[in-house]
Amino acid sequence: MSDTAIRVDHLGKRYTLGHQQPGIGGYTTLRDVIADGMKSARRRLRSSRRNGSVAPGCEEFWALKDVSFSIRKGEVVGIVGRNGAGKSTLLKLLSRITEPTQGRIAIRGRVGSLLEVGTGFHPELTGRENIYLNGAILGMLHGEIKRQFDAIVAFAQVERFLDTPVKRYSSGMYVRLAFAVAAHLNPEILIVDEVLAVGDAAFQKRCLGKMQDVSRQQGRTVLFVSHNMAAVSGLCQRALWLQNGAVVQDAPTKQVVADYLTSDLSTDRERIWAEPDTAPGNEKVRIHRAYVRPESGDLLEPITLETPVIVGFEFWNLVPDARLSLSVLLYNQEGVTVLNTVPSRENVWLGRPFPVGRFRSEFRVPANLLNDGSYRVELLVVENLSVGIFRLEDILCFDVREAKERPGAWYGKWNGAVRPDLEWRTELVETGQVTVVNT
Amino acid sequence: MQKLNSHPSYIAPLSMLLSQPERVDDRELVIEAGKTEGLYLRDLWGYRELFYFLAWRDLLVRYKQTVIGLAWSLLRPLLTMLVFTVIFGKLAKLPSDGTPYPVLVFAAMVPWQFFANALTECSNSLITNANLVSKIYFPRMIVPASAVVVSFVDFVISAVMLGGLMTWYRLQPDWRIVTLPLFTLIAFAAAMGAGLWLAALTVKYRDFRYIVPFIVQFGLYVSPVGFTSSIVPSKWRLLYSMNPMVAVIDGFRWSLFGGKANLYWPGFLVSSGIVFLLLASSIWYFRRVERTFADVI
Repeated sequence: MSDTAIRVDHLGKRYTLGHQQPGIGGYTTLRDVIADGMKSARRRLRSSRRNGSVAPGCEEFWALKDVSFSIRKGEVVGIVGRNGAGKSTLLKLLSRITEPTQGRIAIRGRVGSLLEVGTGFHPELTGRENIYLNGAILGMLHGEIKRQFDAIVAFAQVERFLDTPVKRYSSGMYVRLAFAVAAHLNPEILIVDEVLAVGDAAFQKRCLGKMQDVSRQQGRTVLFVSHNMAAVSGLCQRALWLQNGAVVQDAPTKQVVADYLTSDLSTDRERIWAEPDTAPGNEKVRIHRAYVRPESGDLLEPITLETPVIVGFEFWNLVPDARLSLSVLLYNQEGVTVLNTVPSRENVWLGRPFPVGRFRSEFRVPANLLNDGSYRVELLVVENLSVGIFRLEDILCFDVREAKERPGAWYGKWNGAVRPDLEWRTELVETGQVTVVNT
Repeated sequence: MQKLNSHPSYIAPLSMLLSQPERVDDRELVIEAGKTEGLYLRDLWGYRELFYFLAWRDLLVRYKQTVIGLAWSLLRPLLTMLVFTVIFGKLAKLPSDGTPYPVLVFAAMVPWQFFANALTECSNSLITNANLVSKIYFPRMIVPASAVVVSFVDFVISAVMLGGLMTWYRLQPDWRIVTLPLFTLIAFAAAMGAGLWLAALTVKYRDFRYIVPFIVQFGLYVSPVGFTSSIVPSKWRLLYSMNPMVAVIDGFRWSLFGGKANLYWPGFLVSSGIVFLLLASSIWYFRRVERTFADVI
């Protein structure tokens, strides 16, 4: 088995949650420990009952559980999964940052990890000094850095600013330099986590090229974590799909990406409250059902940039002759309000008195409007077109995914709260010689 | 095109030391739950360059954007010496065993400042390098160790100044000066031992951030910095020697003042024993908890 680069057996990582009191800070203080110790001592005195090894008030959380796989030398493997699926934990274990709670990892070869480019850059030091420092942090020997120095500088394109402190760098330069150092580490195993989310298109292209070189020509093993299916498909032959800390699929990338994209991962695309008594609402209105679905009606179809989406609500009106309307807000994962929509052009029921009964109200979000990402829906029930009578936050939650194909070779996160497919026109205004006077 | 590889002079001596063939690493590394890394020393050795670079970085950035720069590491002990000489020597009129009071104080300031700085830097070192600890693997002991080494640079500078002061007062050390490295080593071990304990504890309990300045301030007065330990009544002498810095400071004076200062040997042995225990236990504790640093930091 000499061609195995990484072998993982029954790997598990447990974190203990709920140990810290909220509001005090992110870390334990001595007082907590002393208080906890006294509490548990008292408890032990009072009763001899034993219930497991978990201290009360502590919640266990398995970020990874029973994960096994092996990766051959020279393979490029993508790791996909939603936030919190355990991807980062897996990479942390593989790069020895933290130790596993269970299981075993066997690694053959030097591991270089790009968990966060620019780790250990010191703002006060110059570009040149940071190259040496960062190289050492990533595990390069001084001789190696010296030999690669010119290549690193050329790759990052920061020749002119080598002796400027990096705190004066633009963020683009900073990232380029950081990636350049890491890319010249030449490890046998390279672990890459979402670095492509930064940098401009040309630089990304070079990074991807570099990664491909690394794996194809030098036979290095690459582990690549990304949310970006286009990038994963382009780079990896094989992919692991993690969900809730376990591997749900380990197969050729094409298949994994297809299954991952079609899986109904978000459970909050429909919510139903069967009984008016227990449904959210008040004495005037109760919510019966809320849903998000592709316009085609196929609930298993993933919502991508190109999918028109229907968002709808069913509610009981409990008061005769109420004049109701809905107002819906859409938030993206950064918490930005992407839009607020009201039925102002709906001309059947708008402004008319509602009899007691169940109503359905829905709207359509056209394709090519929302950017990719997760969205939360907030519902507001409005009376007389002006007074909000009931509000329900996070009533729905859905993902808009990247389309399967994206033009060009850029795989980064697309900027903007919305991503409309706007009409562009380019024309030739005038032909002829263009002279530029160089100064 | 200009030659980019012409690095500045401060790297040059290091580079001569370090350039060597590239590693070929084809060993199998096994990470298992609950098993300590067996080859810790080899791991430390493999990461020695990171150790140099961290120390080098801290030295470089230390006095960036300060006006008088390195002079700060001279000014602080000098001013403290002045104050102590006036208060203990002139006002309290404490005995100096025949040594000029400024020299008496400064000979103690040199190891004490080293210990105090090293302890402070060391205990904060893991927190200030939290981004490294949570993102990259390396033997964690490198970080506090390099913090101690950085403080050692200040120690050397102030030791040179002590030499100047002694020349000024025409104080001639005798053969005993050859024992000075031994006492320096004890100071090093004391700083490292206490520093490792505090660094590891600070990662989990940030309370120690407030405890350390207190220890340092308190220690300055309970250690024989502003006075000689000969003023301590002899029945308390052994107990007083429980303070590890007593051995170091007394040792410094003994080795420098050519027989004018006496060394209380039982106390010295107790002190050294405590320093050794401190260092050994700190390494044991640090190794035990360092694998969880990334999770709790």
